[in-house]
Amino acid sequence: MLKATMKSLLSRKLRLTLSALAVVLGVMFVAGSLVLSSTLNKSLDSLFANIYEATDVQASHKPNLQREDGAPGQADPIQASEVDKVKGLPGVKSATGVVYSDGARLIGKNGKVVPSQARVATNWVGEDEIVKLREGRGPEADDEIAINAALASSSRYKVGDTVGVLTLQTKKEFKIVGIVGYSGNRDSIGGEHTIAFTTPAAQQLLLDKPGFFTWIDVKAADGVSKAKLKADVQAALGDTYVVKTGEELGKDQAKALEPLMNIFRNVFLGFAGVSLFVSIFLIINTFSIIVAQRTRELALMRALGAGGGQVIGSVLLEALVIGLISSVLGLVLGIGVGWLLTKLAGGDLPSAGLVVPPSAIIASFVIGVGITAVAALAPALRASRIPPIAAMRDAANTVKPLTKVTISGLVVTALGVAGLWVALAGDAGDSFWLLLGGGLLLSFIGVALLTPIISKPVVSVLGALFSWSMPGKLGRGNSARNPRRTAITAAALMIGIALVTGVSVIISSFKASISDMYNTGLNAELIIAGEQTGPVPPTFAGSVIDQAKSTPGVSSVSALYFDGAKINGENGFVYAVNDLPATAQMFNLKVSGGSLGQLQAGQLVVDEDTAKDKKLSAGGTVQIQTSRGEPVTYTVAGVFKKSTLLNGFVLPQEATKNFQATNPAIAYIKLASGAKVSEVQASIDKILADSPDVSAADVSSYVEQQTKGLDGLLTMVQILLGLAMIIAVLGVINTLALSMIERTRELGMLRAVGMSRGQMMGMVTVESVVISVFGAILGIAVGIGLGWAVIRALHDIGIKVFALPWGTVIAYLIVAAVVGVIAAFIPAIRAARTDVLRAISYE
Amino acid sequence: MTTAIKPAAARAVDVWKVYGHGEAQVIALRGVSVELAQGEFTAIMGPSGSGKSTLMHCLAGLDTVTRGDVYVGSTQVTKLSDSGLTKLRRDKIGFIFQQFNLLPTLTAEENILLPLSIAGRKPDKDWYQTVIKTVGLEERLSHKPTELSGGQQQRVACARSLVSRPDVIFADEPTGNLDSRSGAEVLGFLRNSVREFGQTIVMVTHDPTAASYADRVIFLADGQIVDELLSPTVDQVHDKLKSLDPHAHSGDV
Repeated sequence: MLKATMKSLLSRKLRLTLSALAVVLGVMFVAGSLVLSSTLNKSLDSLFANIYEATDVQASHKPNLQREDGAPGQADPIQASEVDKVKGLPGVKSATGVVYSDGARLIGKNGKVVPSQARVATNWVGEDEIVKLREGRGPEADDEIAINAALASSSRYKVGDTVGVLTLQTKKEFKIVGIVGYSGNRDSIGGEHTIAFTTPAAQQLLLDKPGFFTWIDVKAADGVSKAKLKADVQAALGDTYVVKTGEELGKDQAKALEPLMNIFRNVFLGFAGVSLFVSIFLIINTFSIIVAQRTRELALMRALGAGGGQVIGSVLLEALVIGLISSVLGLVLGIGVGWLLTKLAGGDLPSAGLVVPPSAIIASFVIGVGITAVAALAPALRASRIPPIAAMRDAANTVKPLTKVTISGLVVTALGVAGLWVALAGDAGDSFWLLLGGGLLLSFIGVALLTPIISKPVVSVLGALFSWSMPGKLGRGNSARNPRRTAITAAALMIGIALVTGVSVIISSFKASISDMYNTGLNAELIIAGEQTGPVPPTFAGSVIDQAKSTPGVSSVSALYFDGAKINGENGFVYAVNDLPATAQMFNLKVSGGSLGQLQAGQLVVDEDTAKDKKLSAGGTVQIQTSRGEPVTYTVAGVFKKSTLLNGFVLPQEATKNFQATNPAIAYIKLASGAKVSEVQASIDKILADSPDVSAADVSSYVEQQTKGLDGLLTMVQILLGLAMIIAVLGVINTLALSMIERTRELGMLRAVGMSRGQMMGMVTVESVVISVFGAILGIAVGIGLGWAVIRALHDIGIKVFALPWGTVIAYLIVAAVVGVIAAFIPAIRAARTDVLRAISYE
Repeated sequence: MTTAIKPAAARAVDVWKVYGHGEAQVIALRGVSVELAQGEFTAIMGPSGSGKSTLMHCLAGLDTVTRGDVYVGSTQVTKLSDSGLTKLRRDKIGFIFQQFNLLPTLTAEENILLPLSIAGRKPDKDWYQTVIKTVGLEERLSHKPTELSGGQQQRVACARSLVSRPDVIFADEPTGNLDSRSGAEVLGFLRNSVREFGQTIVMVTHDPTAASYADRVIFLADGQIVDELLSPTVDQVHDKLKSLDPHAHSGDV
């Protein structure tokens, strides 16, 4: 039996290759994701260990606010006298005050801010073990700077160039006097762009606090341990300070990035899961067809005395061999893909070598072999029930009734939809992801089970489009011939398209909702804002607001400031405005208590829902601590009705001096009646000449700017799900190729009665296109359903418009038709080349 | 030959068919020349391995010849390209197979009209009615092949070959898969189409009863035409075959 299985396996190389390919792709994705995340983790660990290599101990103020992502928040600056205090401690070799911020932006040769992954602005404290001057010298005068080699190469500036830099102040001119590199001849430590000022300039421009520092770097004298040094420094400075050793800092920062890395890995694994799920369909179909075609052979074995168990064993063995080979190939390719992605995603991260975690190897084999075996199980059981008598008759293509499949499909779909419903209704609590994932999985399986019954009417309607020619009619007949086979092939395609369509629907609804929000909620014509190119949103000088106000054609200007805050001790978020009455008018804010007049120091306004949440009403008080400074008690001057664009606590402009960013991030401009938008926009642009990372835009282009990131997201999802679709296309090819083998005699007869090669290819292509488009229609229907469910669930957070991305949907249909044509190519050529003589004399 | 008076529907001129090289060389046809007259029902007989199927395949343009020429009507088959052969099969030749070879997705009527549909031609209504009446399928036209008996399926296949009025119909063991009654029906119908409509039919068979329906029987042995009978009876064919068999045997050894 073993020998017979191996022989039959080797005799069908094409089908072997195709079903193996599906598993290979799935395994590749899983192994690649695991390799990528492990490699990136290791790179980051070594990166952070490296950054703090030269630091023995670092001391800074405890931050007021702990940021959500775990990174240290902005802390109050440290007075220079504290640095001297540390310097004087026994066991201290040196103590250096460091000014550190991410708030300096270099203006490039094109007049725009040089885009960066990460920006560092600091004071020049000389070379050390890591920092090495590569060219020139450190800044000595306050109008001199040094930049790191990474920034020099991406801005193409050289020593001696005079450049503009944006800091807390507006654009200032500096002369580049030095280019800095790092030990090991690196251009940067981790891809960051660094600008170093003199200490006084840095204090003025980055902190707006002359004589203050961000933290103190301390070096131990010879023979003093870091732990001892840490304890001494902590004791000297008191408990308003955080003192950490270099190792601790490195670990903390690496740890802060861990959740992000995990999300990254899980997203990839999620897509890998989708690919594997689709692979299952392909493998089930392949094995079902193979078993159907081998009916005579298997029945003959049974007639010769093979037991049912031996038949199951024979089919499963074939699956195991395919699974094993595919796992090895998938793992090898996955390591390659992981390496490639590390290069792409890691960017300028220093490579710490490729890491292949044991989990990648184990997962590859478990998934590769497991999935193939599970997928082959049902066909194997069916094979074992073949009666020996089947060897005597030509019963390969009996059509079974679809009742059972349809009923189980309805039940499974209902379960899946129920799971999704509960998850999206927000009642699921902790089991949200379980219900969502499970609901999605069950819905897909359920719809796949329903596909055979749906396929009958849909395929015949679709096929009718092609029935004007004989080959088209034959192709249509062929695609309706075995509803299960057509259905499972189309269902594999459905999954990818459903997910992509779902995401497209959600994104287009998001865009439509945001645009709707601005169109109905905003009573202003121009918006000054910038595109976020770094970790901190771009801001602009406060003076811009006054200049804008006095621009002809402008009626009022409302500037918005943001900051994280502790509100009565709880983490939250606050706004500040320069002109509350103007803001209230532009956002259509409606008073429900107190007034919305000009805010005085120590006053704030808040929306109704937040007020209720914090048990506040007009006249009440609330304690708010922003990024810097002490907590301040505010009196609620007014309460406004919940609006679409502005909710939460709104503070007076005076509060912004203790914000992390003391400049406004966004300003809304209302024009005087009769003023032309384009003319005012031009004058505002002139005012913004020194703030190159923001610009004035009308509302519709602003909305477009804001939602541009969503398009990128969609593209990424499409690329990642593209793999699942490639697997599905392999499924179409496989099904067609196997069907052609099954129909050899029929194809020979068609050739014998005068069908030309072109007509043969046309026939196969129609069958393929019908299957593909059917899959796409199913996918689009399911995807729209999913998108609708998600949008409904998001109704409460303001996503109120359900918009169908018609263009995208039509594009998917066209792509599906093209895919059908491509998938038909090889099987069609095979069919056209059918040797008439061999086909008709084939018994 | 007496048949020379009628023009030939198909003819082979010194046709050789050789498979393989050297030691493994098998000569299937050794210089066969034969003319198949229009409006005649010809049976080709011979022991297995005599080359009877090969001869038919070469005449129908399904197989290439090693040497010699084949004509269908005035067309030189041996010179045609694939598309030429396709056109020839579509317009001038009909086939009936032992395995019926109907398309399971099409009804009986669609199967019958298949060659015309492929060619994009409209059927001649009267002729179509005549054909289905002759084969007795009026009641079964909307049935799928799986709903028909073997005899009915073969009658559909006969109607399919007749409906495009080909110059010649090639039938390869048309009764091989049928019981004797259905076989007799099909053979009677084939003979009638020759008598009444002047259809030319060439049939390969090993069954003397089937051969007795033909106007002329050609006997092949060892790739050569060794004998022929006109207006044969079952017994005559039987005797002839018997006399050929030992000869074929000695040829094999």
